[in-house]
Formats: sequence, structure tokens, C-alpha cells
Amino acid sequence: MAITLTEKAAQRVQKFLAQRGQGVGLRLGVRTSGCSGMAYVLEFVDAAAPDDIFFESHGVTVLVDPKSLVYLDGTELDFAREGLNEGFKFNNPNVKAQCGCGESFNV
Amino acid sequence: MALLHIAEPGQSTAPHEHRLAVGIDLGTTNSLVATLRSGSADTLPDEHGRHLLPSVVRYRQDAAPEVGGAALDAAVDDPLNTIASVKRLMGRGVEDIQRLGNQLPYEFSAAASGMPRIKTATGEYSPVEVSADILRALKHRAETALGGELVGAVITVPAYFDDAQRQATKDAARLAGLNVLRLLNEPTAAAVAYGLDRAAEGVFAIYDLGGGTFDISILRLNRGVFEVLATAGDSALGGDDMDHVIAEWMLREAGVEAGNDRRLLRRLKRDARAAKEALTAADSAPVQLVRMDGTFWRGALTHDLLNRQIDPLIERTLAPTRRALKDAGLKPRDIEAVVLVGGTTRMPRVREKVKTFFGREPLTDLDPDKVVALGAAIQADILAGNKPEAEMLLLDVIPLSLGLEIMGGMTEKIIPRNSTIPTARAQEFTTFKDGQTALLVHVLQGERELVSDCRSLARFELRGIPPMVAGAARIRVTFQVDADGLLSVSAREQTTGVEAHVAVKPSYGLTDAEIGRMLRDSIEHAGEDGAARQLREQQVDADSALAAVQAALVMDGGTLLSAAERAEIDLTMAALRAARAGTDTTSLRQAIQNLNHVTGEFARRRMDASVRQALAGHRLAELES
Repeated sequence: MAITLTEKAAQRVQKFLAQRGQGVGLRLGVRTSGCSGMAYVLEFVDAAAPDDIFFESHGVTVLVDPKSLVYLDGTELDFAREGLNEGFKFNNPNVKAQCGCGESFNV
Repeated sequence: MALLHIAEPGQSTAPHEHRLAVGIDLGTTNSLVATLRSGSADTLPDEHGRHLLPSVVRYRQDAAPEVGGAALDAAVDDPLNTIASVKRLMGRGVEDIQRLGNQLPYEFSAAASGMPRIKTATGEYSPVEVSADILRALKHRAETALGGELVGAVITVPAYFDDAQRQATKDAARLAGLNVLRLLNEPTAAAVAYGLDRAAEGVFAIYDLGGGTFDISILRLNRGVFEVLATAGDSALGGDDMDHVIAEWMLREAGVEAGNDRRLLRRLKRDARAAKEALTAADSAPVQLVRMDGTFWRGALTHDLLNRQIDPLIERTLAPTRRALKDAGLKPRDIEAVVLVGGTTRMPRVREKVKTFFGREPLTDLDPDKVVALGAAIQADILAGNKPEAEMLLLDVIPLSLGLEIMGGMTEKIIPRNSTIPTARAQEFTTFKDGQTALLVHVLQGERELVSDCRSLARFELRGIPPMVAGAARIRVTFQVDADGLLSVSAREQTTGVEAHVAVKPSYGLTDAEIGRMLRDSIEHAGEDGAARQLREQQVDADSALAAVQAALVMDGGTLLSAAERAEIDLTMAALRAARAGTDTTSLRQAIQNLNHVTGEFARRRMDASVRQALAGHRLAELES
């Protein structure tokens, strides 16, 4: 079981954390909502929850709650640029279908 | 798939519910749009990677208006249809424009509203419409880059912008389909970008030397509120002037007369500017000029040559800086941080001079072109609701006091300057004359005591006040300033509830130089104004006393006074009238007291007479019940 970051994504996360001035890591998660069942959560972490599972990738601490991990296992977080837009992208092998915009998905 | 950004803990938005908000620096020369992504502010580039959008619009036949770099390039060949520096015209009347007229290469026509319109090949455009085209381009860029519709924008304006100029900016945004979350003062935005608002308190100087304008603002932060202690500047001084002196130097060196050749002048300025910018990184920059006869002049611009040309211009920024510090009652060493804003502050010579003046290294970590937009983006993010509640919302203040005219041509301040906004304040007023049924509310902006020295913003009438004796009516006047610094005023007679109000659409026509002057005058003339106010108050009292006694004499003078008493009152009244015509406050006050004294007995008799009259024909029992 693992969650990884690409090197590019890790650099970005470290930069954002440094600019923010606080935070212990990055939270990845899923929650039910959206037009296609589930949606991703991507947040800074100031304090870990007791049952959080920790991963380390390119120097970034990634925290995932056990329930989310079921849907995220094997995910690689990337930082991508598409035209003028740029941001983080979940490469999640568990996804079977996603809505047109890709913000929510099904497993 | 969609590209995501890192949210604050617990602040993840649901899909399709991202609250996209941007900060916009709508500048005289260049404009920018910035947003917060994954907690850090960044300006958004266009498809060619350019962040700055030149604030230039070109109107073309049978095509959509061209905005930005393409328009700027065309300015040389199509000067009349290419509008630049439109910010200078925002909220200005035709008369103001005529004063600027010979500096602007456009043709104007006056619309019915008094708002100037610029004549182009495809029709006439108001400054608001031109600004809207610039904002529309930025909005489109932001929505493309962020992949969604914006919920709103924070747009920055100079601290000295008056109501008319702020309203014009808001109108332009509305025209462009942007929801204005707030207008934010540019120096305040710059301070926010550097995180100066996170300190508990402090005094900061924002030195903003842009393309065409210089502004210096002294801000004080106190419990999360930025007060504008003083602003000063020069609305016709900036990088353009530096380009101009370099261009003139080139003409002199080449021995060429440019005359009125607009195209040559524009091309020259473009080359001068390129040479100036090159010198930020290099020691010397090549320049050349084609003479009329087709021969070339070639030269090199060095730091020494450049400094000799521009030092007088930099010196011109220090005079307003000294003035602003003096207005704020501060010395250069009292300033805890100096923020540099505007592309021209990239010039090493400018940084050097500013450092020497304040005796401290100015803040230069952020790109001086972007710093205002970045601060606006940070505010926009908070206003759009993307931050936890605990995050302090920045407050702004009004730059000039707001008040109304009271009897005698004096100003009563309702909202003092530097009040935090939004704010609402009310004060009760009354009628001056018996049976007065209407009240003229004259809304003023400024620091001086006399109406004639302040700026008139609006006038409206409250009608339908029931006839009462002077001083009996209770009229509550409420001044309300919204978060953008725009004013609405209402007046309400308390007993009947009749009401009138006005949203200030101020009469156009105050220049920033005038605002600066008004502020300075108020400080210089504080003593003089106080004396003038006292005199006017006594004059009002005198008029009121004379009118009251005169009315009493007409009614009861014949029945209640002996000829000798009557003569004494007439004499005292004549003395008061004489004193009223003069300017000696002390003797006027004395004359009013004399009249009060002489008429004391008369007033007592009138009182007795009216009581007797009221009681006549009634039995005691009736009165007791």
C-alpha cells in the first residue's frame, strides 16, 4: 500500500508549505459528493488525526485516513500544466469512471 | 481530469463549487490579475507567458477591440484609435480633461452627462467603457487559467481616488461582468502582499513609481486596520517621463527636430524605454535614430548619462515624500518598512535614492509590478470565503472627512477621515426658523471648517417637515459608507417619519492634486479655520437673536413695552447689527449678550402674558384635571 508524489509535485508542495509558514504535511483523501460519487480532498495538515496513515515521498509527508486509503491506494499525485491552468492531478489506478470534469469519480 | 489545488485544513470545496476570486491591479500603464492557488498568490500570465497587460485598447473597424500588447504595438501607427492611460480620465469631467487636453493625443467630445467621450474610428467611448474592455480581457484570462467562472474580484485604486473615481471604477467592472468584492487602496494591497498586516502594528511607507504616476502613502497599521496617515504624489511623473528625457537626449545628440510628429515621438519613446530597461541589468545600452535624410545616429546610454537625465525626476519624488511624512507628523526614521511598487522602482538609481532617504533597505523581494495585484488576490480569497473564519479581514479607511453644511456656511463633520469602513454614523439636526418645512442637506468632503473650502459632493432636500417653532423638529441625518468607500446619505424627520436620501454620485472634477491640497490646507489653516468658525457661529447666533427679538417686537412691542424700554432695545439691536457686519468675534459676542440682557424683562412679560392668555376663561378645576 502506498501513495506517492512525482518529484515535480513534491517540489511544489514543499514550496507551498514553506510559503505558508506552517503545516506538517499534505493530506490526500476522498469524500462522497459531486456528480459522480466521490471527490478528492487535497489539504495542508496542521495536526495529524490519531488514525492517519503516513507516507513519505520525495521529502513530503503525506497523510491519509484509513477509509480514504481504500480508494486511493497506488495513487500518484502529479503537478501538471494544461494551457494556462496548472495544478495537482491524481493518477488513481482505482478509478473506473469519472465525471466529465474529472473532479469526482467512481471505483 | 481537473487540476486541483491544496486547500486549508477542512476547507476543501465540493467539486464545481470552487470559489474562484482574483485580485486586479487596474493600472495607468499596465494591468494585472492574480489569484491564490494552494495558499500562495501568483499573477496569471496570458498564453504567451506575459503577466503584464498593457492598459491600452485599440478600437478597430469591423473587429473586436484589441487590448494589451497588440494594441500598444499599434499605438505608433494608429494613435487616435488607440487609447492608453485611460485611468487618468476615470471619474473626471470634461473641464478636467480640457486642462489635461494638450498632453493627450485623443479627440474628446462631451456627453450630456458631462462625462468625456473619446472619439475613435468606430465611435465614441467613455473612460469607463475603455476600462471595462481592459477588465474584460483580464477576466477572460483568469477564467481560462482557472478553468471556471469567477465569483468576484478585488480591484485596487489609488488611495487618493475620490468617490467619483471609485464609482467609475466599479461601473467599469460591472460593465465587464465582474462582481466587485471590494475596491482596495493600492498601498494597502502592497502592504498586504508583504504580509505587513500580520504584524500587530507599525508605520509603513509605500513608494509607488509607475509608468505615469508617483504616489507615496504613509500607512499605519493598528489592530488589523490600515489607516492612511498621509498621501502625496505627482500625477504626472513616472517612467514615461524618464523615457521622455531619454528621448529628448537622443534627439539632441542626433541633432533631430521631432516637432509634432506623433509617430516619431512614440517610436522614440519606445526605444528610450527599451534602453532604460536594459540598463537595469547592463552597464550600457546601444541607441540609434534614423535622421530625416536617411542617415543614422548611433550612441550608447550609460548609467552615468542616464542618472544625469533622471536624477532631477527622482528628486521630484522626494518632495512629495517629505510632504507626506510632514503631514503624518513623522520623520523618515519612524518608518518601519518601505515597500517599493511600480516597474520604475526596478531602476537601481531609484532604489539607491529611496534607501538613502529613509535610511533603510526597502522591501524588494516581490516583483514591484505585481505586488499590488498579489495583495488584492489575498484579499479576494478571504472575501470569497476560502479562508477559515479566524483569518482577519482587512479594513480600510476613508481618506477625507465627510460632513454636511450647517447654518453660516460651516461644515459639520459626520464621519471623520481615517474612519474604518464600512461605517454608518448619524447626527440630529433641527430647523433654524419658525415654521420651516424643508431642509437642504448639502454633503461635503474635506477637512476644512468652511463650506467654500471643501468639496461639494451632493445636495438634496428633505421636504414635508411639519411647521414647528425653530429648534423643535428633530431631523436625523445618517451617513453610510460601504466597504468600497462609496457614500449614501439619508435624512429623516423623527416625528413624522418623512425621509429623503441620496446615493452620492459625486459631481466630477476633483483632481488628486486638489485632494492633497485640501488635506494640507486643513493642517496649515487649522487655527485660522477655528477663528473663522467661531465668528460664523456668533454671526448665526446674532441673526437668530435679531430675528427672534424683531418677531417679538412686532407682536407684543406695543402693548408690553414703555417707549423708553422700546428705545433701549432698538438701540441695542442697532449695535448688534453693526457688530454683525464686522469681523470681531469678541465684540459680536458681547453685543449678543447685551441684547439678551436688555430684552430679558421683555421676554419675562411676554411669558406672563401668554400664560395669562392661556389661563383666561378656564376654571381652576379644568386645569387641574
